[in-house]
Amino acid sequence: MIIAFDELKTDYKNPIDQCNTLNPLVLPEYLIHVFFCIMFLCATEWLSLGLNMPLLAYHVWRYMSRPVMSGPGLYDPTTIMNADILAFCQKEGWCKLAFYLLSFFYYLYGMIYVLVSS
Amino acid sequence: MSNTAAGYNSQNGEGKPPCSNGPIQNPVMTQAPGQGYNTVAQKMHPQHMPAKAPLEQPVGQYHYGCYQSAPPASVYQGPGQSAPPASVYQGPGQSAPPVSVYQGPGQTNMTRPPSRPLQPHQGGSARIAAPAQSSTPPPVSSNSFYPGSQIPPHSHWPYGTPPPMSQPSVGSPANHVTSAPSQPSGYGIQNSPPQGPPVPLNSSMQPGQSSGYRIQNSPPQGPPVPLNSSMQPGQPSGYGIQNSPPQGPPAPLNSSVQPGPAPPPFNPPSSQTYQPGRQPFGPPPPLRPAAPPTGQLNNAATPPPPAAAKQEVPGAERAHIHNSFDALESGGRNAAQHPPQMGRAVGLPYPSLPPGYQNMAAPPSAPGMQPRSQPYPAGAQSFQQAPLGPAQLGSALGGMSLHQSQPPEALRAINLLQERNLLPQGPVTPPVPCLPQDLQRLNCSPEVFRCTLTNIPQTQSLLNKAKLPLGLLLHPFRDMSQLPVVTSSTIVRCRSCRTYINPFVTFLDQRRWKCNLCYRVNEVPEEFMYNPVSRSYGEPHKRPEVQNPTIEFIAPSEYMLRPPQPAVYLFVLDVSHNAVETGYLDTVCQSLLDSLSLLPGDTRTKIGFITFDSTVHFYNLQEGLSQPQMLVVSDIEDIFIPTPDSLLVNLSECKELVQDLLKGLPQMFTRTLETQCALGPALQAAFKLLSPTGGRVSVFQTQLPSLGVGALKSREDPNQRASAKDIPHLTPATDFYKKLALDCSGQQIAVDLFLLSGQYCDLASLACISKYSAGGVHYYPSYHHLHNPAQVEQLQRDLKRYISRKIGFESVMRVRCTKGLSIHTFHGNFFVRSTDLLSLPNINPDSGFAVQMSIEENLVDMQVVSFQAALLYTSSKGERRIRVHTLCLPVVNSMADIFAGADVQAITGLLASMAVDRSVTASLSDARDALVNAAIDSLRAYRSGGLSVHQPGLVAPACLRLLPLYVVALLKQKAFRTGTSTRLDERVFAMCQLKYQPLAYLMLMIHPALYRVDNLTDEGAISIADRTIPQPAILQLSVEKLSRDGSFLMDSGSVLYLWVGRNCAPNFITQVLGVPNYTAIPQTMTQLPELDTAESTRTRAFISWLREQRPFYPILHVIREESPLKASFMQHMVEDRTESALSYYEFLLHLQQQVNK
Repeated sequence: MIIAFDELKTDYKNPIDQCNTLNPLVLPEYLIHVFFCIMFLCATEWLSLGLNMPLLAYHVWRYMSRPVMSGPGLYDPTTIMNADILAFCQKEGWCKLAFYLLSFFYYLYGMIYVLVSS
Repeated sequence: MSNTAAGYNSQNGEGKPPCSNGPIQNPVMTQAPGQGYNTVAQKMHPQHMPAKAPLEQPVGQYHYGCYQSAPPASVYQGPGQSAPPASVYQGPGQSAPPVSVYQGPGQTNMTRPPSRPLQPHQGGSARIAAPAQSSTPPPVSSNSFYPGSQIPPHSHWPYGTPPPMSQPSVGSPANHVTSAPSQPSGYGIQNSPPQGPPVPLNSSMQPGQSSGYRIQNSPPQGPPVPLNSSMQPGQPSGYGIQNSPPQGPPAPLNSSVQPGPAPPPFNPPSSQTYQPGRQPFGPPPPLRPAAPPTGQLNNAATPPPPAAAKQEVPGAERAHIHNSFDALESGGRNAAQHPPQMGRAVGLPYPSLPPGYQNMAAPPSAPGMQPRSQPYPAGAQSFQQAPLGPAQLGSALGGMSLHQSQPPEALRAINLLQERNLLPQGPVTPPVPCLPQDLQRLNCSPEVFRCTLTNIPQTQSLLNKAKLPLGLLLHPFRDMSQLPVVTSSTIVRCRSCRTYINPFVTFLDQRRWKCNLCYRVNEVPEEFMYNPVSRSYGEPHKRPEVQNPTIEFIAPSEYMLRPPQPAVYLFVLDVSHNAVETGYLDTVCQSLLDSLSLLPGDTRTKIGFITFDSTVHFYNLQEGLSQPQMLVVSDIEDIFIPTPDSLLVNLSECKELVQDLLKGLPQMFTRTLETQCALGPALQAAFKLLSPTGGRVSVFQTQLPSLGVGALKSREDPNQRASAKDIPHLTPATDFYKKLALDCSGQQIAVDLFLLSGQYCDLASLACISKYSAGGVHYYPSYHHLHNPAQVEQLQRDLKRYISRKIGFESVMRVRCTKGLSIHTFHGNFFVRSTDLLSLPNINPDSGFAVQMSIEENLVDMQVVSFQAALLYTSSKGERRIRVHTLCLPVVNSMADIFAGADVQAITGLLASMAVDRSVTASLSDARDALVNAAIDSLRAYRSGGLSVHQPGLVAPACLRLLPLYVVALLKQKAFRTGTSTRLDERVFAMCQLKYQPLAYLMLMIHPALYRVDNLTDEGAISIADRTIPQPAILQLSVEKLSRDGSFLMDSGSVLYLWVGRNCAPNFITQVLGVPNYTAIPQTMTQLPELDTAESTRTRAFISWLREQRPFYPILHVIREESPLKASFMQHMVEDRTESALSYYEFLLHLQQQVNK
């Protein structure tokens, strides 16, 4: 996703195409995240769940305040080229990437810890 | 014709990557027009046209084939038939089958389903269609797109085979024309007489409109002034010897600009723009104040006689030498490389430096600028004054020049609370950038290109400190009275950033130039060495490209991805009951009939009509028919085009049918009972009809669309209009119109919306169709042919202008700026294709753009920055043209300079656009707060910047003295006002206008001009073409300025109000209004009688002068004190207090409180 925005900024890829490739990916990402949260809830992993709640809330808010669109997704080709929105989307992408990476290693650590200790 | 058609065949299907067109071409720029064309048929965006996007081409193909068997006779007959019109229409109305082309009783329904099985046979049907096409003259039909797709690209460029760089004939007089004959007739624009004969021997061409500018070939006129000759009265030319006799006399402009008389012996044009003797320079070393040596060096390099002459030039004049372009950036370098030659001159510049300049403007790092300020007498203190020259600044300076006598006039502190009369007598004039005179003379006209800050801050932090918005306001396609046009097979551009060569580049030597945007050093192509103006060789710096900030190129073939499209116009008319009731059809059809011959275009021009109510009606206008045939498609859920190639017809060949249709159309629907309106399907049909070619769709709509896709619901609650704190529903209700607009944009279709409606139409949703397809929105609230005659006249006048104005098709605009600056946001009607590229399916002379800029890297080593807007478009005559505007502005590093260069009108325009965005994305109250904060912040920055002695009151610099007034005016604009009952549609329309009107008209809309007209005199009058036009003073917009015994004219851009006081002098009433007394003034009066009295002549001369200044004709309303229109007059009195809004004075107090906090 970051790559995509970078492309948009530097490589002059057509914003319509870009939004069309990105938009279908948004919902799956959110759903996977929700799925993880539910899993944590079932496993009563309160710490992990707590870590993920803010992002979950953010996702819900983000999707609620999306522009008027008939299809799924977040990104509107007419506004995406606005420097503010582009910068925001890029920043959002980086932050999420960092978060997902960190949480991945945390989950990995948790799994190994559980395996070793059991 | 057939040539052209062949061209189409080969072009449209070609799959070659855009870059393969040649090294010169800008990949993105050229991609643009083709975006739709190359990709459309096969590669549509998945979002498009939910059901049928991929089908549309095939559908056309298929139907053609299918309809071959359906004789036209079976098609429902349209107007003019023996059947009475009413019954003609009622046929479909009564019994329209759900899914069919209605073709009268007993016809076979051609329904959509059969088309699907046939789709695999597209290719075949295309072939079938092809022969038929020979009988259909218009070269562009959907058929022709198909065969081409199999053909390899390059072999089909009919012309572009020789790469432009390899054009032979160095310096040969004919070198520019040579390319022309090799072009096929379709593109051999230069050869055809109507476009203007090629100027002998060179590339300069004069099309009809560019009357003023002649690229002079005749000796007496002389070449256009060499860049710097005006600044070099005593400077002999480095090329003195080359200056052949024809160049002898200095161009008239030249001498008028000079501060002092030019000594005759030194007249030769004397351009030092490059010095042959110079060595190439490396990367720019830190600049050093050594411009004078440039001249010395020059002399050394030039033949002895001029050099000898120069020795006698007084020192002060010697400094003038450095006005050449290279002095801008390489003067210092030059000196650095030739220290021995510095000796004599180096001391000279400094003593004569104007002290004011040193103090105020010269940044320590920019000594390079100093020598350039020298031409001015030492008495000229202000750096602001530097560029002043009576001749070249002329009107642009106007009122400002009065103030220029005090050094930092623009910065003079004004206590707004005390000074009441802030408005200048005449129009507010933009500040002049403090550039050296020769550069300023070459700068782009402020009417075309304006920057909010004429002095660009060096860093973003400085800009943030000043709290002023940085942005450009553009009016790129403005009607120009003089526009140099160049035909050249090589358009010289920077190799890395693709900037077009412009007056602000630097010639390092005769062979190389340095880009002023990215600083890359480029070769001067051989062809460019020949100067068509002076017909001399080796003077690239005197070519028109380097002499004019605004220039138009006729683009060679590599700027096209397909052959230039013909002008295609499609009119989509609402014919539901509501529409017929307003009676607009008469007006539109009549206006079209009258102006049909004025439609811009050539022999390929095509026209078509669609009407719609609950069904969509097409009109078959194919040549050979005796009368137009109406085809009704009632399947609005799944719209299709019944006969793809006879609905858009060649205007010249089918003119009579078109005229028949226009005459009959208003009668056809007089008795309709259909109240539903299927705008969405009609637009889809229009999109499909035009997608093979692109073109312009004009939609006339009178009510909320209620059927099919894009149906809308009323969202406005009239009771909430006044009370609501925040206005909801400023955003579109559906994205159907936006998506369709994006599809249209991809196919080079622009949609202009004419909304004539008394009821709520949800313009916020509908306007999207125009906004993203680069169309325009026109709104006539409560239009009615009987009840509202003023609007009928308005519509007629607007349509006349609309139909006859220039138009550019399949265009893109790219805005480039010097490295370090970047584009933040665009405002206007367009689709942003990439960070700096706008896709504009159509461009018209009445649309403006705003660009917000930000500073990404510090501009420390630069004295000037440049902006270039390049508009690539296809003219209505089928020429591909590029219009390039270049603006050059100085860089400063102090707050004082930033404020001194602030352009209050441009700032207001940009703030308005930003506020519109804010009210759509956030809320109206946010936007209002942001406007107020913008005023507070900038005044506070001025105060805290230590730029003025702290004094009580609200202090503003003179150049920003009008900012609070304009902000207050904006807050009371229809778009942003609260508390007053404003219809949502009118509000949204005002927002649209704020976004896309050019600045000049925008300012009148925001802050109308008020004149007292009952006592017009010839004092101070100007005379244009033996008419004397009085110039009354502009009054403040306050009721206190009105008086009962006077009469006042308010000019709000699109409307003029003539307010007549109750006790107005009877003389005025009888002599100008032509009525006996005040009470006899009719309630609605929109015309002044043509009386043969001095008063009447003056008043009418003044009003018509006002009207001539704008494209759309403003209607005049004469109103009495108790007229119903009084409210709309009074709403413009922005300085007064209203129930819900502060008066100007109260607003100032509020500002003071905030600023001093």
